[in-house]
Amino acid sequence: MEMQLTVTCFSFSHFYCLLCHHLVSFLHPTPTHPPNHIKGLASLVDCSYVKEEESAKVVQSITMESCNCIEPQWPADELLMKYQYISDFFIALAYFSIPLELIYFVKKSAVFPYRWVLVQFGAFIVLCGATHLINLWTFTMHTRTVAIVMTTAKVLTAVVSCATALMLVHIIPDLLSVKTRELFLKNKAAELDREMGLIRTQEETGRHVRMLTHEIRSTLDRHTILKTTLVELGRTLGLEECALWMPTRTGLELQLSYTLRQHNPVGYTVPIHHPVINQVFSSNRAVKISPNCPVARLRPHSGKFLPGEVVAVRVPLLHLSNFQIYDWPEVSTRNYALMVLMLPSDSARQWHVHELELVEVVADQVAVALSHAAILEESMRARDMLMEQNIALDLARREAETAIRARNDFLAVMNHEMRTPMHAIIALSSLLQETELTAEQRLMVETILKSSNLLATLINDVLDLSRLEDGSLQLEESTFNLHSVFKEVLNLIKPIASVKKLSLTLQIAADLPVYAIGDEKRLTQTILNVVGNAVKFSKEGNVSITAFVAKPESFKDARIPDFLPVPSDGHFYLQVQVKDSGAGINPQDIPKLFTKFAQNQTLATRNAAGSGLGLAICKRFVNLMEGQIWIESEGTGKGCTVTFMVKLGIPDRPNESKLPYAPKVQGNHVSKNFAGLKVLVMDDNGVSRTVTKGLLMHLGCDVTTVSSSEECLRVVSLEHKVVFMDVCTGLDGYELAVRIHEKFTKRLDRPLIVALTGNTNKVTKENCMRVGMNGLVLKPVSVDKMRGVLSELLERRVLFETI
Amino acid sequence: MTKTESNKTMDVNVMVQLQRQLVDYTASLFHEGFLDEQFNQLQQLQDETNPDFVVEVVTLFFEDAERLLNELTKALSQESIDFKRLDAHVHQLKGSSSSIGAQRIHRVCISFRNSCEEQNVEGCLKSLQQVKQEYSLVKSKLETLFKMEQQLLAAGFSR
Repeated sequence: MEMQLTVTCFSFSHFYCLLCHHLVSFLHPTPTHPPNHIKGLASLVDCSYVKEEESAKVVQSITMESCNCIEPQWPADELLMKYQYISDFFIALAYFSIPLELIYFVKKSAVFPYRWVLVQFGAFIVLCGATHLINLWTFTMHTRTVAIVMTTAKVLTAVVSCATALMLVHIIPDLLSVKTRELFLKNKAAELDREMGLIRTQEETGRHVRMLTHEIRSTLDRHTILKTTLVELGRTLGLEECALWMPTRTGLELQLSYTLRQHNPVGYTVPIHHPVINQVFSSNRAVKISPNCPVARLRPHSGKFLPGEVVAVRVPLLHLSNFQIYDWPEVSTRNYALMVLMLPSDSARQWHVHELELVEVVADQVAVALSHAAILEESMRARDMLMEQNIALDLARREAETAIRARNDFLAVMNHEMRTPMHAIIALSSLLQETELTAEQRLMVETILKSSNLLATLINDVLDLSRLEDGSLQLEESTFNLHSVFKEVLNLIKPIASVKKLSLTLQIAADLPVYAIGDEKRLTQTILNVVGNAVKFSKEGNVSITAFVAKPESFKDARIPDFLPVPSDGHFYLQVQVKDSGAGINPQDIPKLFTKFAQNQTLATRNAAGSGLGLAICKRFVNLMEGQIWIESEGTGKGCTVTFMVKLGIPDRPNESKLPYAPKVQGNHVSKNFAGLKVLVMDDNGVSRTVTKGLLMHLGCDVTTVSSSEECLRVVSLEHKVVFMDVCTGLDGYELAVRIHEKFTKRLDRPLIVALTGNTNKVTKENCMRVGMNGLVLKPVSVDKMRGVLSELLERRVLFETI
Repeated sequence: MTKTESNKTMDVNVMVQLQRQLVDYTASLFHEGFLDEQFNQLQQLQDETNPDFVVEVVTLFFEDAERLLNELTKALSQESIDFKRLDAHVHQLKGSSSSIGAQRIHRVCISFRNSCEEQNVEGCLKSLQQVKQEYSLVKSKLETLFKMEQQLLAAGFSR
């Protein structure tokens, strides 16, 4: 720049000197009094234009001579001539060397665009040089040729100079504009550099953010997240201090929870309702705060200079409840933490926009990461709780199972243990009753019997109930006489009723089937219980029992709304109503009656007997029979009505069951009833035949006798349940058995074949078994034996007496 | 005492006496082994539906036994004795006698059968002799028994 300036100055001064020289020569054509000092200066300038190093010398040589037109000591014209000569020489030298140098340097640099201009300029300079050179010869007497050459050279020089001058008018603005353009480009480059710098910084920042985020999100541990955040921020931004203030449980204070530099942050707390804090919390941008703010006074102020700038940003603490299923987290979270970042003091650094942006982004990421961590913590806690609950439930289940098992074991044992002595007591007492007793003793024995019966009932009830509750009770199904059940109940209750002077009436509907299929014992128990209660709780009046078939209309009438029995083929619903005129029951107490062990207060005072299990058991039985039981009472003192409906089956054939009737065997003992049992006796010995016939007839059988195998085969039919055959006579008997089997192959109801024999050898028994006989009985047969034989046969369908 | 009353008293005495006689006689039969437990069973089978059961059965036995004894005699008087047939008859008799409880006949029948198996003619003849003897004995005894019972029934006692 300075060099350029110098060069420009010199070239300008050179041109001006030349200009002056030519002007002067023009004005003063004679060679005398040329302004030599001007020439001298021009040559001086010329020289220094080219050789700056020599300028000093030249200046030195020239400063001896000044240009104040003082006549020197020696002859002026010779001196002037001398000077002019030297100057011309040097000018020519310079003029010739300049283009050479130009060419040299242009050749060196390949980018110079104005070659043509250079050529022109070179030509101009060369001609000027030539002119001056030729001028050397004009100092002395010169020929005309020289003058002509001089003139030519001058003319040419003039032409070229003018051309150059004209050219330069075009060129110099261009050159100048190049220069300006160069300047402009330089500025632009500087600007781009700056921007590049900025972008790079931003990219760096972005990288930092990503890395930070990655660090933060790579862990679900809250503590690690926060610590990492602080560390990374500190590193990225070169912070002096970075701190996190968390809200306390009360929500009224902020507590210093994490810091970057100090390892054990003392539990500073700051009230949350500080204007600065509120300002920070109200905006989601990073806010510059004063270092004197309580949250910013983290370290003891050590530097003498200003502490670094402080920025604070809020970190929303999100809870699970903030995450709706379809929306982003609600903005209305009130819980914020505060992150405070301090630039190093004494550094005069300032917060840049991109740094603030970084901080904001990080704060958001931290919030999200914290919420994730919180959610994870919650779910872990929930899972732990569930596991604990599971364990507890498992334990409870096992305990319950153990308890049930223990109870069942206990019941099983007690069942046996309790029943055995009871049985002994009852049996022996009843036996005792049969013996000779005084009236007093009889009374005592009766009391014992009654009490033990009650106790036995109670034991049974308890055991039944437990079985009912377990669901292990199964009803039996058999055909029984329904009417007689009622009669039996009536007979049992009549004595008690008559003692209490209650009248007991039974009404059985005409359309109620005589026979039904169901659990006779439990139905009896139920009716007995209900009627018994009616009698028990009535002091006077009457108890009426009505039994009838429940009609569909009466179902709707039933007070139970959900009960909709569906009568089907082969089944009917028995409805029994027991009305008493007793104390009645408060309608509020009715539900309690069916729960076990619940005692109605007023009734309890009257009757010590009854554990309260009765109705509960009845209800269960009724339910098992797919029925319902309910009580209606208008109130205390107005009596009550117990109604129940149970489902019973209709037997297919009325004579299917064996109708029991006790044959009167001189009234002394009850015999097993084989009434009407059709039996065939085959015996060829008349006496034996008669005896056997008599025996079986005595037991009530319907006996047919045959005396030969052929006759037997002819007579035997499916009506005969048993065929007694004498096998003493050879092999006839065995063959007969085989033939009978053949006659009724595959019939389950074919007659049982029993061999009646006096033979006591094993061969007979084996033969009998071989031919597929159902039994073997040894003669002679007593009545009892025959009774036993028949009952065993009918029960088991096989009887082989041990021989 | 009026005549009817004294008659009644006398009847009662007679009845008591008769009953005692019957009981004693029956006991002796058992004691002597003519009858066994089976006879008791027969008596038990007698009831309102079957009032003459015992008599019927015993009568049947007598008929049966006599027939068999005739057969046996005939069979043994043959030149070539058919032991099988003999055995069959004896078997029958054995069965019948055991059915009514005629113990002694039953026992003789057993030994008779043994002789038949051995094809011992002598033994058979001897057994036949015995059977006949026993049969006549038991027959008379039972007949006496029945007579006594009838007397009792006539005297107004029901069993």
